[in-house]
Amino acid sequence: MKRSNEDILHRHLENNGNIISLLQDIQAVFGYIPRESIYYFSEKLNIPSAYIYGVATFYSQFRLNPAGKHKITACCGTACHVKGAEKIIDSLKLELGLDDKEDTTKDGEFTLEKVACLGTCSFAPIVLIDGKVRGKVKHEILVREIKSMKKKK
Amino acid sequence: MKKDILIRVCMGPAGIAAGGKDILDEFKRIFHEKKIKASVGKKCSSHQVGCMGLCASDVLVDIVIDGIKTVYQHVKPDMVEKIVEDHIIGGKPVHRWMADEILVDFNKKQMKIVLSDCGKVDPEDIESYICADGYASARKVFSSMKPEDVINEIKLSGLRGRGGAGFPTGLKWELARKAQADTKYIICNADEGDPGAFMDRAVIEGNPHSVVEGMIITAYAVGSEKGYVYIRAEYPLAVERLRLAVKQAEDKGFLGKRIFNSDKNFNIVIKLGAGAFVCGEETALIASIEGQRGMPRSKPPFPVNKGLWEKPTVINNVETLANIPYIIKKGHAWYSSYGTEKSKGTKVFALTGKIKNTGLIEVPMGITLREIIYDIGGGLDEGKNLKAVQTGGPSGGCIPASMLDIKFDYESLAQAGSIVGSGGMIVLDNDDCMVNIAEYFTRFTQSESCGKCVPCRIGTKRLLEILEKITTGNGEEGDIEKLEELSEYIKKTSLCGLGQTAPNPVLSTIKYFRNEYEAHIREKKCPAKVCKHLLIYAIHKDICTGCGACKRVCPQEAIVGDHKFPHRIEHIKCIKCGACYDICRLNAVGRS
Ligand SMILES: Cc1cc2nc3c(=O)[nH]c(=O)nc-3n(C[C@H](O)[C@H](O)[C@H](O)COP(=O)(O)O)c2cc1C
Ligand code: SF4
Ligand code: SF4
Repeated sequence: MKRSNEDILHRHLENNGNIISLLQDIQAVFGYIPRESIYYFSEKLNIPSAYIYGVATFYSQFRLNPAGKHKITACCGTACHVKGAEKIIDSLKLELGLDDKEDTTKDGEFTLEKVACLGTCSFAPIVLIDGKVRGKVKHEILVREIKSMKKKK
Repeated sequence: MKKDILIRVCMGPAGIAAGGKDILDEFKRIFHEKKIKASVGKKCSSHQVGCMGLCASDVLVDIVIDGIKTVYQHVKPDMVEKIVEDHIIGGKPVHRWMADEILVDFNKKQMKIVLSDCGKVDPEDIESYICADGYASARKVFSSMKPEDVINEIKLSGLRGRGGAGFPTGLKWELARKAQADTKYIICNADEGDPGAFMDRAVIEGNPHSVVEGMIITAYAVGSEKGYVYIRAEYPLAVERLRLAVKQAEDKGFLGKRIFNSDKNFNIVIKLGAGAFVCGEETALIASIEGQRGMPRSKPPFPVNKGLWEKPTVINNVETLANIPYIIKKGHAWYSSYGTEKSKGTKVFALTGKIKNTGLIEVPMGITLREIIYDIGGGLDEGKNLKAVQTGGPSGGCIPASMLDIKFDYESLAQAGSIVGSGGMIVLDNDDCMVNIAEYFTRFTQSESCGKCVPCRIGTKRLLEILEKITTGNGEEGDIEKLEELSEYIKKTSLCGLGQTAPNPVLSTIKYFRNEYEAHIREKKCPAKVCKHLLIYAIHKDICTGCGACKRVCPQEAIVGDHKFPHRIEHIKCIKCGACYDICRLNAVGRS
């Protein structure tokens, strides 16, 4: 982890020290923002860790915990909402056994993320599974797919 | 027999989702295999284009042979071979797969300016845009116009900002030009945080060079050497195509040092947003580019005087900028001949929801809602009845079906309690609950509030609590009045546009659909059968044949009954997910 942080530090100095770009770099390398990285950069850049945390928590893109192996992203845009996004999210949560506060399953296999709008409204409701678009989804078909992904594990 | 053959495959947001890339690959594979280039003629190219508009019919494919265009709709990879065999080689189009009158009707009342090259040029190839007269306007500006002339041209065109507020673009530029400073910035706002909107995404993915060219002209007009595009990370393809466009423009000498052989320099830097709706607000956006939490500040000073790093900064929306090259090319008189007295030109809308022809449309300002919904949109999905149209996203409101003849322009919509906004247009039918819609938007703004000021942070929270109370069946007399009172207070006292407009969805739904609120509060009923806490599911024992389909899908094991005998729902276990209702083919499951 130290090695990667050093690389990021290098790039960061070239980038004129923008904290958001720094955090985006960290997330690109680790998949989330590890606590160690925040302390590392706080010390190296002489910026209070609280300030870095402040930026990291302001933006929804940043995760402070590792994500699961598979990422399911449900769009909650208005078009998806009126075409039943809530029902889809509810059934995914039920299938994955996630409660209201969790987004990642205990075994670290799945992360369920909600995003504000993916801008693919014509195909509402939209769900991404590991980055691949599923348009006009039906909850029973999704649940079936998740079930078979679980089996393959 | 030499022919010019051009194949365009829609790879806009929906085209990609429907498998556009597979189609293009299939064309390329078959051409390669059959050596079409050699046998048919000297020129045969197949390429991707951005959104062609009618997303509902994707994947759309244009086959242009010697200038004659045929459009195919709902194309699947296994249809490609026949199209090539019959149409391209054999000269006989495959009629049953061709786009029907729907496409003709869809385009009839539209007027494309911003989108005129979208769906025609290859977004990843600068030459394709140049062939369509791209960068001619930038060249013209640099070689034969003074900055003041450019500003004047835009002022006379009547163009108003397309990012929501509708501020006159020429005036904004003039203020920035007059501001005294050694450095000035221009920023393209491609944050598009509005849920339900994808116009900016489609413009960038479909014709990124029009935005780059618009920025070059803006920079020339205001005297700036550095531009930023602030774009959301959720749009990876748009980011990629924009990066490529900037690179290609640099290679051509349109960006960088001494551009168009002048003594002017201009660079564009792309900044990725990190997922915060409030960062679309200009002062928050500036804070975010500077690397801070994206909190708005009070205005004045306005960004044109004190913006990025305290320097004069012009912030314009993607669509605003993409209009610029076309206005310069064809002149202000041409542009301002479209639209109404105070709202000139055209507007791009993302037409979605319960409408047949979902997609991207560009219409002259002043068109009526009826024309949009019925003539262009083809009416409602599945023969349902129109209830309302939501415009302007979380800052906007709902226009009821009874006001279908309202004109679409800034003034008329404001009068109706909504806004043109950035261009999201969501069609709602009788299956949509207006209280639920208000709750949806309020939940969105509440969670996106930056928290800097109390009326927005706490006010929207309280609004949401009351709405939740109503939709869960705990509403009381007086709640509607409380919502109204609180809304007025939030509107008047919030610091930025987010808080100032957050109550609009609530106020407009109360204004036009008060009876729905009352039904939730007094009768504890959701007339549209959406609010799940107010629903009861039950199986009609006379209709149920005991097939067991519902029993199998129920995640709660709430359904009991023996095979071939009527089933029953145990209400204590039921979480009202509706799975049984959706699955039962006999409509034996009722909900009330
Ligand atoms: C909460 C909020 C979100 C906004 N989001 C956007 C946005 O996503 N895109 C945009 O162009 N303008 C957005 N705006 C408007 C901008 O602040 C600004 O007015 C606009 O970018 C100016 O460009 P224009 O004059 O070309 O419209 C938003 C405003 C507010 C208050
Ligand atoms: S109105 Fe809301 S979003 Fe705007 S500054 Fe206040 S708290 Fe932040
Ligand atoms: S609504 Fe859902 S939980 Fe209730 S009985 Fe039907 S399937 Fe089961």
